[in-house]
Amino acid sequence: MPALLEVVDLKAAYGQTNVLHGISFVVDEGEVTTLLGANGAGKTTTLRAICGMVRTEGEIRYAGERIEGKATEDVVRRKIGHVPDGRGTFMELTVEENMKLGAYTRSDRGVREDFERMFDYFPRLKERYKQQAGTLSGGEQQMLAIARALLLRPKLLLLDEPSFGLAPLIVRDIFEILGRIRQEEQVSVLVVEQNANLALALATRAYLLETGRIVISGNAADIRNDETLRRSYLGY
Amino acid sequence: MQGVLHQILSGLATGGIYASLALALVMIYQATHHVNFAQGEMATLSTYIAYTMVTAGWSYWVSFIATVVVSFIMGVVVERVLMRPMTNAPVLALVGVFIGLLLIVNAMTGWIWDFTIKTFPSPFHSSTPLLGGFLSGHELGSTVVTLVMLLCIYLFFRHTSLGLAMRAAAYNPVSSRLVGVRVGWMLALGWGLAAAIGAIAGMMIAPIVFLDPNMMAGVLLYAFAGALLGGIENPLGAVIGGFAVGVIENLGGAYVVGTELKLTLALVIIVAVLMIKPSGLLGRTVMSRV
Repeated sequence: MPALLEVVDLKAAYGQTNVLHGISFVVDEGEVTTLLGANGAGKTTTLRAICGMVRTEGEIRYAGERIEGKATEDVVRRKIGHVPDGRGTFMELTVEENMKLGAYTRSDRGVREDFERMFDYFPRLKERYKQQAGTLSGGEQQMLAIARALLLRPKLLLLDEPSFGLAPLIVRDIFEILGRIRQEEQVSVLVVEQNANLALALATRAYLLETGRIVISGNAADIRNDETLRRSYLGY
Repeated sequence: MQGVLHQILSGLATGGIYASLALALVMIYQATHHVNFAQGEMATLSTYIAYTMVTAGWSYWVSFIATVVVSFIMGVVVERVLMRPMTNAPVLALVGVFIGLLLIVNAMTGWIWDFTIKTFPSPFHSSTPLLGGFLSGHELGSTVVTLVMLLCIYLFFRHTSLGLAMRAAAYNPVSSRLVGVRVGWMLALGWGLAAAIGAIAGMMIAPIVFLDPNMMAGVLLYAFAGALLGGIENPLGAVIGGFAVGVIENLGGAYVVGTELKLTLALVIIVAVLMIKPSGLLGRTVMSRV
């Protein structure tokens, strides 16, 4: 399998503060890759770097093209869907309008059909279709964010902590649907998580990020089964 | 009673013009959180452009449409050239740019077309009073033009994907970029639309107040009062506020303070709203759960 995304020696900084100290990783076509790490390890920054939302050094290759230094909207238009930190809901707009914005760059005829598929994954969005998105619960907003990103018909989906701030039952639901999405959509996924157990179950490859450096990389299943590694790095 | 009715109707007619300009102010305010002080002067410049076309012998409606198009382009250019480099500038720098733009446009119109007061034609026959003498032809005609324009803008923002993208870019630029909206261009389009709306307001008010480089100074104040009254963050509120200010101005001028002190009413409204309810009468509170 060729790599869809290849990051080489990526550095990123906010002002004077360096957050990423040269990390390298790949996301293979059609697979789920996870980037684990504690708060402040640089997970969100990595995703933001891919989408041109922070100043970076190093190489980001996507589908055979260098995309570092490109404007966010130009990266997104190359079919990279981003479910951002904090969910990025358009609070003032309705659920319908939020979803339409997801498909904003598309002009193909499949959009209607994709809306139906999103309702199939997330029936809640259909119930709340005409409602102001700011009134949705956290879990519903997370579903909306995922639907919005998928409506771009992305080749690469970036998920920033889909479990963040949600009740355990809702987290389970969302990961169940992510599992379905992995099988049913033709999309490669890079998911960033603090909840290592869930992410490792979903992913094929995993990287562990610690204060801006990758300390472990490997097969997700291997990491999951390695008890010493789990205890010392993942804390469960 | 007849007199009051007359004052209300003609207040609504000028109110429509305040409503248009208030809408232009709100559109830029929503995207940038600043009031474009130069909005009125830009509208005056547009009106002069229309004046030049009409005096050159073009038909009124051709000049009207050409002026709207030219003004739209002018608004886009102002945003691209002047405002874009100021994206991360401090507030005072921005205010400086707005005031500078106001002074430059004002001086430029005076320099090109001189400061003498000119008459601007109305496409509507003013000689025949309508609705039993309550409204002049121009008042009725300009109200219709304003309402049609407001309706078009409403439909554009509600029912087109470009309109949706412009709203999204104003509310949440970060998320907008993440769905591929070119936020910078949406801002420029907003400036273009605001300038086009201002142009229409200018062409509709000029036959009433006469054309001179300071024509819009008072109008902008009424429009600002209207925008604040309805809610500076709420386009519908601003439009309603604009109409309300038109009526208040006329009634107050006729029965309370007299015509010389009419402009004071705008200032009173501005101060009162800021003291009592800064978000305006229709100021929308965004509901959100965390």
